[in-house]
Amino acid sequence: MPKRKHKKGEAGSVGRNVQRAEGVDKVTGRARYLDDLRFPGMLYGATVRSSIARGRILSVERDPGFDWSGFTFVDASDVPGKNHVAMIVPDQPILAQGEVNHREEPIALVAHADRARLAEALAHVTVRYQPLPAVLDLEAATEVMKEITIVKGDVAAGLAESDVIVEGLWHTGHQEQLYIETNGVIAVPPAPSLEGGEAGDGGDGGITIYGSMQCPFYVVRALATILGLPSEKVRVIQTTTGGGFGGKEEFPSVIAAHAALLARKAGRPVKMVYERAEDMVATTKRHPSTVRHRTGLRKDGTLVAMDIDVRIDGGAYVTLTPVVLSRAAIHATGPYHVPNVRIVARALRTHTPPNGAFRGFGAPQSQFAAEMQMDRAAEAVGLSPVELRRRNLLKIGDVTATGQRLDESVSAHEVLDRALALASGWQRTAPVERGDGAAHPLRGVGVATYFHGSGFTGGGEVKLASKVGLELTDGGVRILVASTEIGQGTRTMHAQIVADTLGIPYEWVETGDPDTARVPDSGPTVASRTCMVVGRILQRAALDLRQELGAWDDAHDFRKRARRRLESEGPLRIIAQYQKPGEIEWSDETYRGSAYGAYAWGANVAEVEVDPVTFQARCTRLVSVVDVGKAIHPQHVEGQIEGGSLQAVGWALLEDVVMREGRMANGQLTNYIIPTTLDTPEMIVGIVENPYRHGPFGAKGVGEAPMDGPAPAILAAIRDAVGARLDRVPATPERIMEAMRAGAAGAREVAA
Amino acid sequence: VSGRGGIKLKVNGKKRVVHAPPMARLLDVLREDLGLTGTKEGCGEGECGACSVLVDGEVVASCLVPLCQVDGAKVVTIEGLAKKKLHPLQQAFLACGGSQCGICTPGMIVAASTLDEGATLDDVKNALAGNLCRCTGYTKIYDSVLAVVGGRDEKKKARKARKAPRAVEGGR
Repeated sequence: MPKRKHKKGEAGSVGRNVQRAEGVDKVTGRARYLDDLRFPGMLYGATVRSSIARGRILSVERDPGFDWSGFTFVDASDVPGKNHVAMIVPDQPILAQGEVNHREEPIALVAHADRARLAEALAHVTVRYQPLPAVLDLEAATEVMKEITIVKGDVAAGLAESDVIVEGLWHTGHQEQLYIETNGVIAVPPAPSLEGGEAGDGGDGGITIYGSMQCPFYVVRALATILGLPSEKVRVIQTTTGGGFGGKEEFPSVIAAHAALLARKAGRPVKMVYERAEDMVATTKRHPSTVRHRTGLRKDGTLVAMDIDVRIDGGAYVTLTPVVLSRAAIHATGPYHVPNVRIVARALRTHTPPNGAFRGFGAPQSQFAAEMQMDRAAEAVGLSPVELRRRNLLKIGDVTATGQRLDESVSAHEVLDRALALASGWQRTAPVERGDGAAHPLRGVGVATYFHGSGFTGGGEVKLASKVGLELTDGGVRILVASTEIGQGTRTMHAQIVADTLGIPYEWVETGDPDTARVPDSGPTVASRTCMVVGRILQRAALDLRQELGAWDDAHDFRKRARRRLESEGPLRIIAQYQKPGEIEWSDETYRGSAYGAYAWGANVAEVEVDPVTFQARCTRLVSVVDVGKAIHPQHVEGQIEGGSLQAVGWALLEDVVMREGRMANGQLTNYIIPTTLDTPEMIVGIVENPYRHGPFGAKGVGEAPMDGPAPAILAAIRDAVGARLDRVPATPERIMEAMRAGAAGAREVAA
Repeated sequence: VSGRGGIKLKVNGKKRVVHAPPMARLLDVLREDLGLTGTKEGCGEGECGACSVLVDGEVVASCLVPLCQVDGAKVVTIEGLAKKKLHPLQQAFLACGGSQCGICTPGMIVAASTLDEGATLDDVKNALAGNLCRCTGYTKIYDSVLAVVGGRDEKKKARKARKAPRAVEGGR
């Protein structure tokens, strides 16, 4: 028996690899995902989508020669409430009305009891348009959705006093989340017999949504607005969710509203599950970015100034773009101390499908640029990339670009040291001619360092004011949160935190289903907040429960007291709410203050082989080290780091969303390639635990961080291997070939 | 092909007769006609492997297999692996963290079940190259599979990987 293995029934589960709460259901195939559910009388829904990027809708015609009996048809005129998706700005219609602003924009909906007949019906709907000029990429975009400026010190003076100024222009493209379970929901109108009213929308018993999603309460808010219902008439239940990565943060509101509109009109349950191709062309992606840097340094490598211009492509509608932009801007310097900073960040509108949340949320884009820039700067001042970083990494007492003084849990140096130790002996190999005349792959090594704020930015957590519940059960306690299990281990980790705070075995803690009729709103499952923020509120709820029951001697005494309490006074439910740590101050007006309560710190070392004949680059080994504060469940933390790192490897080398006339041209798994086992490097993971006092047991966030570093580390390794500096990801063989032929590309140094 | 008697096949050891169009996808037959929803659809084009099942011992993407092709065949799905206890691979996926969101897990375990004892890491990678996972980065899937079918050294390594790793305490 391994010494640290947790024994069933034992108290003290934090830091141990207890069994995943819902694990047995997942390995046996018993877990019920959305598409595994069926309701009596259920119809299947499908979407009529725009075939042009921008234009006026002249007419939507249903072929009178087609037999429409048995079909339910919905368009914008069927929207009883407000025709927009409630998120940040009410600019996105749930069904297009009068105009379309991107390819694949939803225009109308059809439903039928036979799924096989839907394609036929879609083919008999004709939309006539008057096309309008469309803006299809970031380069052409001019309309600003949101602008953020961050200023520290005097960037002009800083650049003037620099010995060397390095300029660079860096690009990243779209990336598809590619959860293996596509977006899907079932909308269930009240059965007339149960609710006493009419079926569908007549009686107004509201609507119940089952779905694959990250944020059940986002769906409640969106549907209440669209259906014109009070929130309590919208009930949302998350089903076992086959991956999210941000792709099920805001998008489920759209598909849920579509299914709800059909269900209320038909008076029957409606299931909508996207096929893979539809999911790829029609749902949100990572924002493409262009980042221009001017970096001023002293001869000794000390950073003096950074002048950064960040542009991201929001797509046709705002969705979450301002918040993605905010995270991109705040992380744009990378994890470095820079006395003079100016960051101007803009999100621009294009007539392409809206971009949205994807693991990292803007930070991978801006830190890709920062890291590429640091390697460029290292060459310019004649230092190794590692040495340049060591001279500038943030440490305790330093002040970030937003003016946040870092007082605790800063590990930029530790993670780099540990990553280098784990990559000990890795080095570039010179080209060798093999006996058979074939060229030997060229090997290079690259390094990246990064940071990643945990939780919502600035005042976001105060606005969310998240709540959690704990209730006594016969044998322990039940957790009530809207936080979703999407693979990352939410249920297990929350149960561990509650169990250890109460001093009872992990197995005595159960978690109620995220059902908005039953759980308080613990906020969205996003932004690496579910452990640090929600876990902390749960810990406080557990402490309140302790107070309520009176101190107990041991776990069995707890059980006795709990039973006695339930018998004498009935159910006991504790609700606890987020409390802002005193030192967090933030201004949305000036963008000054504590952008995040704490940061995860990370470092990567990548080893890459480039084939000199095919120009294909392969990441062969990857070290990923992250300071997570405290690993509540080390195996799941490693799982987050390994999985996030591989998504970043995909972004760096393989995942190329080809946009043609505003539409993803390679929207299939056959030609949008994500890493398979054969593309996966050997992963070497290191966990650093530098506690944050306001996190549960010291824990910070981990979900997003591992996405930030591998791409620049891999591009640095390609540079090391073949001398070519690419200015964008993914580093496809074509781009590597071009860069090798063009010599150093993408950036130039200017001696000041 | 189907005829009046329907198509006969053995699913997880049980004789079944299916009355469905001969070109119906095996995936839909399993999920909808037979109620075996453990087999998942991830892409419908044979790329992701979430729908992997065994047909006469061979791993196939059931989204690409028409029903008429399995007339008389033996089909094994994730539901057919556990007898009274969990299959050793299911136990290993639980212990080693091989399953996160779980949607690829049934197909992954079914595909891995064809590996012979003494498999190397490369054998595992090749056997699972048609099964996509977007959560784990595959590493813990390798651990899970090697813990069952790996040689002695692989098993030992996988057992070690199961233990809580020693984290470095931060101090600054």
